[in-house]
Amino acid sequence: MLSAANIDPSFIKNRIAKRVAKELHAGSVVNLGIGIPSLIPNFLDSKSQVYLQSENGLLGMGPTPPKEQIDMDLISASKQPVTLGIGSSVFSSADSFAMIRGGHIDIAVMGALQISEKGEIANWSVPGKDILGVGGAMDLVASAQKIIIAMTHATKDHVPKIIQRLTYPMSGIRTADVIVTDKAVFKIKNDSFILEEMAADSSLDEIKRLTDAHFTVSKNLQTMLID
Amino acid sequence: MKIGDCAKRISAQDAVNMIQNGDRLLVGGFGICGTPFTLIDVIAESDHARELTIISNNLGETGKGLGKLLISKHIKKAIGSYFTTNRDAVKAWNKGELEIELIPQGTLAEAIRAGGAGIAGFYTKTGVGTKLAEGKEEREFDGETYLFIRGIRAKIALIKADKADTMGNLVYAKTARNFNPMMATAADLVIAEVDDIVEAGMLDPEQIVTPHVYVDYIVQNDRYEKMGGEYVERGKH
Repeated sequence: MLSAANIDPSFIKNRIAKRVAKELHAGSVVNLGIGIPSLIPNFLDSKSQVYLQSENGLLGMGPTPPKEQIDMDLISASKQPVTLGIGSSVFSSADSFAMIRGGHIDIAVMGALQISEKGEIANWSVPGKDILGVGGAMDLVASAQKIIIAMTHATKDHVPKIIQRLTYPMSGIRTADVIVTDKAVFKIKNDSFILEEMAADSSLDEIKRLTDAHFTVSKNLQTMLID
Repeated sequence: MKIGDCAKRISAQDAVNMIQNGDRLLVGGFGICGTPFTLIDVIAESDHARELTIISNNLGETGKGLGKLLISKHIKKAIGSYFTTNRDAVKAWNKGELEIELIPQGTLAEAIRAGGAGIAGFYTKTGVGTKLAEGKEEREFDGETYLFIRGIRAKIALIKADKADTMGNLVYAKTARNFNPMMATAADLVIAEVDDIVEAGMLDPEQIVTPHVYVDYIVQNDRYEKMGGEYVERGKH
């Protein structure tokens, strides 16, 4: 079978971002991590009223400016130029993390290297490599109201990233709520993984093969909605 | 602008002369956004301020901002949240030339805030159960585990603001604010690099982010200017 994984990495990443965008309800305050989550604004329409928080000190982040309007005093946490949306505000890093740690962020969308079958998150370091960066990942894991993981279902070499027990260092004891991959959408309730949606070009066999963890299939299993 | 009336204004060289070998410095910035470029360049050219411990979110970018002090070998230890994107930092660490202490970004920001506010330490859920919790005191509150984090202070803070008035009140530019306002409160000696100095009374009191009480000295950024939205060295473009 010609799976999407063999087609185009940007196609897959955009599919994941597009699906996550549907989880972001109007009026919510959302922090988007680096990588796939940073593609999500492309799939939010101007009427979506999602307020993007950037942990370097900005609430109400707008889209990338045209080249002639770039101001490197106005950047995202990924250090890319951004703009100020209507009603936006700027504040210090301490105020920004008070917002995060105090539970005022409704949804954090982040990438992950591994997710355990309990929903534990590993997204900051790889064993055997230098541990030289953590950024705001642990603060967001500890304190966001809802955590959505946006990641490819398996590595480029088809190694499962959803596994029984983490082998990479954990980012915190708090677990994820929703996992969106290019193959499926899982929800985690009471420490158990439930397959809620499956991509039209995947199959239960493929998902089982690429998932090294126990999960149950929802009675209302849906086709993954991306349009 | 009557700079003669600004008693806190000194040259970048005089500011850097106050730094000694082995000092512990807070340096503002997120990547190179909100960075005191002029002060850093003068340190890089000086030979007396080596073996520094730098507390900053990152070490600038490769070859830019604090990244220059890696190349000039002024840094002994870096305390911050993210160093992976500066390949010189990774190289220096691999060679054993640079010590690194990693702190989650929000914990770093709050530790500096606490350090400047007379708070010895605080409890946070961030990092519980991770490698970064090793050796830290844990305590339960309302059924959840928290880590104890000590406040952070330094001998000297080098910060960057957009504008100062002649008394030393500061305003910042958009996300270039980042760690600068907390750092202004958490050192024995605070040196603020600014793009502009205006008369006292010209800044709206409602807009002042850092009141003058925190600022000991002001240095005018005279080496970098904004071109196409980026800070570039004057005469090098």
